[in-house]
Amino acid sequence: MTQAFFTRRQALAAAAALGVTVELLATNTFGDTLAAKRKFIAIVCRGGLDGLSLSPPVGDPDYAALRGPIAIAPFGAPNGALRLDDTFGLHPSLAKVHALALAGQARIAPAIATPDRERSHFEAQDVLESGAGHVYATTSGWLNRAVETMGPQVKAMSVGPTAPLILRGKIEAASWSPGGMAERDHRLPGILQDLYARDPLLGPALAEGLATQAMAKTAMADAAQTSAAMVSPPPAPPMQTGMSTPYQPPRPGGLDQARKIGATLAGFMVQPGGVQVAAVSIDNFDTHANQGAGEGLLATRLAYVDAFLDGLHVGLGPAWKDSVVVMATEFGRTARVNGTKGTDHGTASTAVVLGGALRPGGIIGDWPTLQQARLFENRDTSPTLDMRGLFKGLLRDHMGVSRAALDTAVFPDSANVASVTGLVA
Amino acid sequence: MTLDLDASIAVTRFGLGARPGEIGRAKTDPRGYLLSQITPKGAAPARPRAPDSSTRLADLRAFQQLRKTARMEGDLKSDPVRMAQMGLREDAEGDFLARARLGAATDAGFAERWANFWANHFTVSAVKEVTAPLVGPFEEEAIRPHVFGRFEDMLVASSQHPAMLLYLDQAQSVGPDSPAAQRAAKNGAHPGLNENLAREIMELHTVGVDAGYSQADVTEFARAMTGWSVGRADHPEEPQGFMFRPFAHEPGARTIMGRRYGEDGEGQARAVLNDLAASPHTARHLAIKIGRHFVSDEPPARLTDGLTRAYLDGGGRLDRVAQALIGAPEAWAPRPTKFKTPYEFLVSSWRAADLLPDDAGPLSRTLAELGQRPFSAPSPKGWPEEAQVWCAPDAVIKRMAWSEAFAAQAVGQRDPTMLAQNALGARLTPGAATAISRAETRPEGLSILLMSPEFQRR
Repeated sequence: MTQAFFTRRQALAAAAALGVTVELLATNTFGDTLAAKRKFIAIVCRGGLDGLSLSPPVGDPDYAALRGPIAIAPFGAPNGALRLDDTFGLHPSLAKVHALALAGQARIAPAIATPDRERSHFEAQDVLESGAGHVYATTSGWLNRAVETMGPQVKAMSVGPTAPLILRGKIEAASWSPGGMAERDHRLPGILQDLYARDPLLGPALAEGLATQAMAKTAMADAAQTSAAMVSPPPAPPMQTGMSTPYQPPRPGGLDQARKIGATLAGFMVQPGGVQVAAVSIDNFDTHANQGAGEGLLATRLAYVDAFLDGLHVGLGPAWKDSVVVMATEFGRTARVNGTKGTDHGTASTAVVLGGALRPGGIIGDWPTLQQARLFENRDTSPTLDMRGLFKGLLRDHMGVSRAALDTAVFPDSANVASVTGLVA
Repeated sequence: MTLDLDASIAVTRFGLGARPGEIGRAKTDPRGYLLSQITPKGAAPARPRAPDSSTRLADLRAFQQLRKTARMEGDLKSDPVRMAQMGLREDAEGDFLARARLGAATDAGFAERWANFWANHFTVSAVKEVTAPLVGPFEEEAIRPHVFGRFEDMLVASSQHPAMLLYLDQAQSVGPDSPAAQRAAKNGAHPGLNENLAREIMELHTVGVDAGYSQADVTEFARAMTGWSVGRADHPEEPQGFMFRPFAHEPGARTIMGRRYGEDGEGQARAVLNDLAASPHTARHLAIKIGRHFVSDEPPARLTDGLTRAYLDGGGRLDRVAQALIGAPEAWAPRPTKFKTPYEFLVSSWRAADLLPDDAGPLSRTLAELGQRPFSAPSPKGWPEEAQVWCAPDAVIKRMAWSEAFAAQAVGQRDPTMLAQNALGARLTPGAATAISRAETRPEGLSILLMSPEFQRR
């Protein structure tokens, strides 16, 4: 339909016609057929997701005392952590993720951080998404630059009405959010395409948007099937209104909706010629006050994450075995509970890696423990792993991005940051 | 020709878009048209007779009490709870609708855009239950009166407003060595410091993240701010708004960014705000933000240098900064580079059609779909400025769908070519003019106008 929606076959034919070989076109290190099936999804949790609640180290001797009223209860207690190993569990809201973990399809990196140490949301998100070693070094995102190396046939998409930095850049990525275009036969899109012909911003965006609308029909039909096949989730309370009012947290939405968004994204990814790389943002993890433990503010947000991931997992169906999902946040939070039963901006947090393509195993990276002497600046979980190393390893092992590209273009000047390899089977 | 183009730029880039006839009125003196909107009274209130923040806070707390009782009785859907809830929602919806109607109708488009800019600079978001009914009153009480006054006054008004104190958790922050903490310890409670507001005042509201402060400076400022709080729900003797709690204040002198602040109770944090407002870092930070909002995602250095100087020379007076912006040649560059946010796009569409929004429901749904849910900025940093954020493929499709629906209702018997002339004046390009003149129907013509590259930008 448009340039961006070139099919694989067309790309190959075009390449042949130009006399270039496919290897030159696509710089990934796999054979084509393998790479084409593989899916990669990056989830950015914004606001500073508290790693010590996401994957509570309830077996760490200092955990309960540091956390006081917001400590997640031990394994086996009511609303207690869901056991991963002797030290770590998952938050009780993450039952679906836990089930995947027990099957070797979800693992945690419990002391991971970007290279940024400033504890500013906005700087840290910039570094997390740009993939640079320091703040405001580039205006494009690492996932966009990674897609650039994968060849023109690889389609990328973000979920949500605005474009997140992680997927901004040279490659025109699709974007999608619930609620679509009216089903009408009209001339306007064609007229606007002409009018935008020389507009570097609106032209590509409209073309990509129209192509995505066509895919969305299929994706949503798939998602509807998926949702119907799933056990119905706990009831979600939101009332119908167009306004963000006091009594219904505006962002989170219900669990049903989360599951549906996950399933629809999956629908985009499983259709022929579909999306292979996706970025998702989830907001509202900045829990300075009353964050709760097994229940409460953060528990509600994590339940949303769990439902989204469940929708994605079920929706991907057989494609799950070729998929890797990585979920990360800009920074963790203080190890100690603060004076208002919350936590302030910290340093290391937990990243979660999921997917049927994973190799089973324990935690990723080292656990520095929560002993006072080991806390970063006597305050935060110490980082033992550079976030870029995890992303690099997954992109290399799963999506075939070359080491040279990872060290320079995708994560600039990162040759000294070792890739975490061997996570993908 | 220059005056024609300048008049179009004055009304669409500095203002909120042209209503029919507006570009013509600006034509004799485009700069004077904008300067005349700068008044010591600030920006007009959006909803002058609405209940103020203390009434809203009292209503909210009454609702929370009702809900608590109802929950214990297992009847959350009781009439009083629902009525109270609906009342609060209608208040909040009414605030936003009033603001949108003011935007669509005002003759002082520049003053209104300037006020919207500052409200976004001091973002309070409705993402928390307790702040949702207060965002409207916050804008009315802390922002609008001060937008052409001294920045410091707005900074203090914002930092002492219950909406901000609750949004960024300052209200509950307690000095670890304060009498309040010691008393609580006897009962086994351990209230303490919350550094959220202190950090965002430094990072977002004043000096900016690259001003060279450290974690220790943030913590020290948070200690100085302890005691800045809001009256409690179950204490009728306390105000439903800002109050200083001497017993929660961390005793002692503080050192912040190399400066020592002696113990002075409430005045200690006040003195810090005073210095932050006067800092050249703040001048620079604000100048860049203003340049980014009004002129370009990457504002030219000459512009931001000029704004910085105006701020410092004028002792932080924002009328001086606004005058400097209007006087800067860089701000009048013919090529528009700013891509409208969804709110700007909708408001300018109403202005172009000479209509007012009259229903909060569809308005909020549209804005939510376009990524800008009313009063609900995603973080204390506020809504982003960059074109790349707002011009995502999905957003363009949704703008197109909305334009079609809007045009079908709005156009009536009017001539789209005339509407385009009125809306864009000399900024209308031949390409768009031709496409509009060739439209098959009036609604199609208006849709093309609203979706034209020059209408999407300012």
